[in-house]
Order: sequence, then C-alpha cells, then structure tokens
Amino acid sequence: MTDTFARLIRTPQGLAGLVLILLLVLVVLFGPSIAPVNPEKMDFMGRFAKPGAAHWLGGDQLGRDVFSRILTGARTTIPMAVGATLAGTLAGALLGTLSAYLGGRADEFIMRTVDAVMAIPGLLLALLVVSTLGKGDLNAMLAIAVAFAPGMTRITRSVALTARRMDYVNAAVARGESGAWIVFREMLPNVTAPVVVESTIRVAFAIMLFATLSFLGLGAQPPASDWGLMISDARVYLHQAPWMIIAPGAAIAVAAIGFNLLGDGLRDAMNPRNET
Amino acid sequence: MSLSWFLKRLALIVYTLLIVSVVVFGITQVLPGDAAQSVLGENATPAALAALRVKLGLDQPVLVQFAHWLGGVLHGDFGTSIRTGQPVGPMMFTALGRSLILTVLSLALMLVIAVPLGILAALRRGRAADVGVGLISYLGVSVPEFVTATVLLIVLADWLQLLPATGYVPLAEHPIEGLKHLVLPVLTVSLVLVAHVSRMVRSEMVDVLHSDYVRAARLKGLPERVVLVRHALRNALIPVVTIVALDVGYVLGGIIVVEEIFALPGIGRQLIVAIESRDLPAIQAGALIMAATYAVANLIADMVCALLDRRIQYD
Repeated sequence: MTDTFARLIRTPQGLAGLVLILLLVLVVLFGPSIAPVNPEKMDFMGRFAKPGAAHWLGGDQLGRDVFSRILTGARTTIPMAVGATLAGTLAGALLGTLSAYLGGRADEFIMRTVDAVMAIPGLLLALLVVSTLGKGDLNAMLAIAVAFAPGMTRITRSVALTARRMDYVNAAVARGESGAWIVFREMLPNVTAPVVVESTIRVAFAIMLFATLSFLGLGAQPPASDWGLMISDARVYLHQAPWMIIAPGAAIAVAAIGFNLLGDGLRDAMNPRNET
Repeated sequence: MSLSWFLKRLALIVYTLLIVSVVVFGITQVLPGDAAQSVLGENATPAALAALRVKLGLDQPVLVQFAHWLGGVLHGDFGTSIRTGQPVGPMMFTALGRSLILTVLSLALMLVIAVPLGILAALRRGRAADVGVGLISYLGVSVPEFVTATVLLIVLADWLQLLPATGYVPLAEHPIEGLKHLVLPVLTVSLVLVAHVSRMVRSEMVDVLHSDYVRAARLKGLPERVVLVRHALRNALIPVVTIVALDVGYVLGGIIVVEEIFALPGIGRQLIVAIESRDLPAIQAGALIMAATYAVANLIADMVCALLDRRIQYD
C-alpha cells in the first residue's frame, strides 16, 4: 500500500492528480467558510460585476459572487459524482464477479445482456432513468450509477475470470467453501486494483455527467450553487457576462482533470511491470 | 470474415436490440403519473382519462402492451407521438439523418486532426510536442460538451462574429449556410474525440515503433517515410478503428447535449423534447433507434478491422 503510494507520487500524473484532488477535498470540506461572500447574498449593485477586486470571478445576474458560489458548489457536484461512481462500481463489481464465478450459460447470458445495455449511450440511459425517477440531484446520482454499472460489470468480470483460474480459488472450491465465500472472500479482494483505477477515472466522467444533467435541468435544482446549473442559468447572459460560464466550466474541468490524472497515475503505480 | 461470423454478429445485434427495447420499454413503463394524465392535464375528467387510456392501450397488461409495441416496430410503425399526434417513426428518422451528418463530419474532422497529432506525439516522445499533445488531451477528456459548446459559442459567434450562433439550415437547400451552421456543433463533438483518439494513436504508435518488424524494416534500409506509413501506421491504426467505433456510442450521447445547445433538430434534441413532454412513443423510438445505430457502427468497425488486418479471423 505504502509502496503503491510511493510509486504514485513518483509519476507526474499521479502527483499532479493527487494535489488537485487534495485541493478539491479542502474546497468540499471548507468551501463555504473560505468563500469571501455568502454565495446566496444578492447585491443589486453587483449585478454582472466584471471580475476584479470586489468579485474575483465576477458577479451573476442577481449580483451573487461567482467565486463564492463555485467554492460552495463543490459540495453538491463532487460528493454526488463520487457517490454515483461508488454505487455503480459496487453493483458492477458484484455482478461481474458473480458472472465470472458462475461461468457457462449464466455468464454468457449476463454478459450478452450487459453488452446490450451498453449499446445505450451512457448519457441517454441516465436521461431515461432521471425521467423515470423525476429530476433532482439524488435521482441524477442514481441514474449515473445505473449508467456505470454495465461497464464496471464487464471490467470486473474480465479480471475475475483470470482470478477464477487461480489455484487459490480452486483450492477454495476443493475445500468445499460456499459460493458466497468464494465470491466475497477469494475473488473480490483480488479484482480491486484494476477496478479502483477504472472507477477513479470514472469519477471524472461522473462529474461531467452530473454537470450535464444539471445543465439540462434534470440534476441539481435552483437555487443550488451547482456548477452545471450555474452554466445553464448563465447561458442567457453569455454576451454580457461570459465569466459566469467560463468560471464554473473551468471548475468542472479542473475537477475532472484531477481524477483523470490520479487514475492514470494509479494505473502506472499499481502495475510495476508496465514501466514504459 | 466468414458468412457464419457475419450471421452470428447479426444475431447478436438482434438480441441487443431486444434487450434494449425491454430496458427502454420497462423504464418508460414505470414513469410516474400516466401518459393519459400528462396529455390531458390536471383538470381532465375521469371519463376522458379512461377513454384516452383505452385509446392508447394503457388499460392492457404490460406484456400485451409490449408485444403490441414490438409488433408495430417490426412493421416499421413506432406509434404516434402524444405531443404532436404525428407518426413517431418518420419524425425520428428525419432527425437521425441530421444527427448522422453531424456524427460523420465530426468523426472525419477528428481523424484528420487526431491521427497526425498522435503520430507527432509518438515520434517526439517525452519532448515538448508530446507533453503539449498530452495536456490538450487531458483537457479534452475533462471538459463536458456543454462547456466546450458554450465557450466556442462565446468566442466564435459572439466575440469574433464568424459564425451563426444556433439554428439549422438544411444542407440540400442552402449548402453554404447549412455548413456554417454545422461548424460549431461539429467542432464541439470532434474536440472531445480528438483528445481521446490522439492519445490512443500515440500509445499504439509507441508500441509499434518498438516492434521487431519496424526495426527490421529500418535495418533493411527502407526510407523512414515508408517505414512510418506502410509498417507502423497501418498496424497502429487497427486498434484505433475499434476505439473509434466505441466512441460512436459516446458521440451519440454527446450529440444529445450539443444539438440541444445549438438548436439542431437531430435525434438527440427530439429525445430531450420527448423526455420533457413525457412523450412515451417518441422516447421509446428515439432510444431504440440510437442503440441500433450504435450496434451497426460496431459491426462496421469489426468488418473494417478484419479487412485491415488479415491475421484476424473471426469464426
């Protein structure tokens, strides 16, 4: 574990990703207290204020401080994205390991069905789920989890298939362990590394998907300071106040880049043979 | 590429579409509030609601509704839009045509940019050009389409006034105006893809450049250009074709947002409208047609791969 960490901070991506993620965690934890102004505070004189000393990243149509709103908004976007990824990963890891353990016709059936569901573009699947459950940030989170589950199933299964052929699994079968024991105690712990890498990168996608759903009016609801929602509100004013779009857009990009870099760094760090 | 392989792939597509239709139908079935209520509104009389439910077949058991719907789809009848009262099929296929123009142009532009960028990065590995391409690709995969689209809109349409902001002009009627309206959507969609594909091309190219056959070709004294194009690039591109096909699924998701932002009446925009107005037949048809397009794109990619690489024998 410490070994992996040491290798992680030695890769440029890993280090940069880690720094960005730490920064994000700080913003999520302390964002509202660092914010220079109350993000909800409206200020008639500060409407469409240009970025400057008073408003670092400008003011919006109600005179709210964009910088403060972005600091506060991290609290909706980031935990939602991480939660959605965790839920999708967990569901996919369970199903994928189960499919690999069962093998034969059951495996074939599960995987063909997963392939079929993957023929529905992720955003479309998420849209369908949100339209079923109704709009809202928790439903958007659930929708992203559902959209992620098939991909995670496929990845876990391919790793678990290799684990299935290992001697320690055969030994467990020979010992007469139950199916649940073999899946949970023998196979799942050995599929974690690739799954962790994949899900780290997927958090970046989840951030983008969540922002997109909010942008389409299906995720976070006003007056939340959610980043996607901020851009959606600002579209009308893109001529007068482009900073209202560029600032939250940059926030989304920085968060997603952080998780992408960390994922790539982890991949290199967890795979010492892959040192090209 | 044998006939039996092809038939097997076709059977798989049929199974895929069956599952997709079950998923889509299932999801739209559990939509809260029923379709009749959303058509007639809050103040509808119970009698009117009951009459409409019978007309829409909502009084039947779910399985009967599904069989009826699927039977219609097989005959090319996707049902009638609750919102417009028009047949959904023709509406969606017209929209799909516009979306396909957007998709194909974006893929073409992406290849023209991404392949040279990837090769450049591989040849200049570890140097400034490589790092630059790497940074661009990180940025590209980390910025959602709706942000790229809006920023392009601000810069190219608002500040520089080079292009029309939104709207759609049919290519067949006004080719130049039509193309102008397509530039921003195509740029948006291809930027994300460039990031993804240039990274793939780079890593494949790096692998191939280290292979024995490239070394052999160099030692044989072949000119570098021939080694790069004939030996390296051709082999590096095979996995890229598969990635591009997988990206088609991503593009189809991406166009939903891009079409919405640029007011391009493609299938993505139709779907958003359908979801907003709870137009069940339109949602079902749109989702099914999108999934079918994706499945066919994957089949084509597998066939192209087999043609590029004679070693691949599917059976």
